[in-house]
Amino acid sequence: MTLAIDRNDPAVRAHAEAYRQAAATKRRQTLIGLVVFLACAWLAAIGSEVDLGRLFENIARFPNYIWQTLPTLHLASLGSDLAEWYWGLHRWLRLLWQTILIAYVGTVLGAVGAFVFCFAAAANLGRSAWLRFCVRRFLEFCRTVPEIVFALIFVIAFGLGPLPGVLAIAIHTMGALGKLFSEVVENIDLRPVDGITATGASWWQVVRFAVVPQVLSNFASYALLRFEINVRGASIMGFVGAGGIGQDLIEAIRKFYYTDVSAIMLLVILAVMLIDLGTERLRHALLSREQR
Amino acid sequence: MTFAISAEERGAILARHGDAIRGSARRRLTTIATIAAVAGLFVYGLTTLETSLWRILAGLGNLGSFVVLMLPPNPGSWARALIFVKALFETVAIAFMGTVLAATLALPLGFLAARNVVANRIVHFLARRSLDMVRGVDALIWALIWINVVGLGPFAGMLAIMTSDLGSFGKLYSEAIEAADRKPVEGVASVGGGRAHEIRFGLLPQVLPVIASQVLYFIESNTRSSTIIGIVGAGGIGLYLSETIRTLEWQQTSFLILLILVAVSAIDFLSNKLRFAIIGKRAI
Repeated sequence: MTLAIDRNDPAVRAHAEAYRQAAATKRRQTLIGLVVFLACAWLAAIGSEVDLGRLFENIARFPNYIWQTLPTLHLASLGSDLAEWYWGLHRWLRLLWQTILIAYVGTVLGAVGAFVFCFAAAANLGRSAWLRFCVRRFLEFCRTVPEIVFALIFVIAFGLGPLPGVLAIAIHTMGALGKLFSEVVENIDLRPVDGITATGASWWQVVRFAVVPQVLSNFASYALLRFEINVRGASIMGFVGAGGIGQDLIEAIRKFYYTDVSAIMLLVILAVMLIDLGTERLRHALLSREQR
Repeated sequence: MTFAISAEERGAILARHGDAIRGSARRRLTTIATIAAVAGLFVYGLTTLETSLWRILAGLGNLGSFVVLMLPPNPGSWARALIFVKALFETVAIAFMGTVLAATLALPLGFLAARNVVANRIVHFLARRSLDMVRGVDALIWALIWINVVGLGPFAGMLAIMTSDLGSFGKLYSEAIEAADRKPVEGVASVGGGRAHEIRFGLLPQVLPVIASQVLYFIESNTRSSTIIGIVGAGGIGLYLSETIRTLEWQQTSFLILLILVAVSAIDFLSNKLRFAIIGKRAI
């Protein structure tokens, strides 16, 4: 017996023909996709005014800019050089702390709001389809409008300062977390819900004793993740006058205080990294507790 | 016979299974301590952030009147509406071009940061950390830097979106490359395929759908970020948004917000459709 294939066997030829056709269809689809993609890219290049000539002409400025933001540090006078670089350390640390607090208060407020709305938005618990639809659209609105746009409006309504920043972050967080929370609620085990409903509990009691214990650790984990994102968000709130370190950052960039730019950015990046590490550890602890 | 239990029976059950019902003292204490810490920091934050009830009430009053002034959304004139729609097109173009360029340029970075491609630990560490640094800087700040290089306009915004995405894509690629399954590659090799065949038929079919769906997802989220990039003068609808808010043209503001909502949900819808077409019905 051999493994060679008789190419003239009609069955084999039929298969080969079918394969050729399938491959040709797929190739045609890929080609059409590619053409559409290239057309989109061409349109986008026009829309975003891509100008390679201008880019290459000025590209040297990019490394130059970054180079200029770097401080001059000499090994001999490292202490005083560092002190000069971080001349505003006291003020910046205070602003950084304010930034973190803005993110924290905004996250807590937003998480509480999301907690309130998520049960009504979940498909398995929401009592009326009408209410569910409204809550979902509302949450969608909250997360689609960028937080800095909310901040711009709130700065005019509430005046300059951290308060509009907090509210803007809270609203955006509510929209983002509300969606995640309601997805968590939709994935719960429904047996405890049935059990508690069978004892004659009201809707609120069902939520309190059958749903909340199942979802709380996941909620906390998502809220921690959001906190880290919000610290980044809060660091640019100052661009529109809504408090935090962004105010000093944009001033340094606009007025070309080069070394201040790097000093503040480094502080922000460091803070975000530390919070990233801390929340990641907490989240792993939370999620492993849930699995036990 | 009734199912109701008397107070005595209830007390007896509580005495026998008290630990199971109330939980251990230690757990209750940690719960209370956690709640107290979260609430304490929250109250401390409220006191230091210049929030007062009076200010909040006054602000809410202002906000209410703004919302009333926003209705109905109205661009003012047809010429103005045309300008806004053009700015929206610019925004979407910035998001699309920035994402596509970042996705292309990040490929070599992804290989550089993948542990199974570059075995040198120092190179791997440096590549990963610098990608983290690039990711840590907000697109708005990159926009301010690029404005210094290529001047005001959408080109700077596109470059900013591209730069801030380079870090994210580099990280994603390196993870996808590290997680790629070797078995299809070995299968191709075992039927006599060369190195190019291995990559084309073994590696690419695994990695490409994941990358394509990530690119789509990023286009979606970048449409949101590119709407605000105009606030610092880097093109798109953000310029008009901040302008109309600052000049208190509330009807135009709400028209712009409506435009953004429609555009974002249209792109959400499209990219969901495309994603399912590319990766099939299985969720990622």
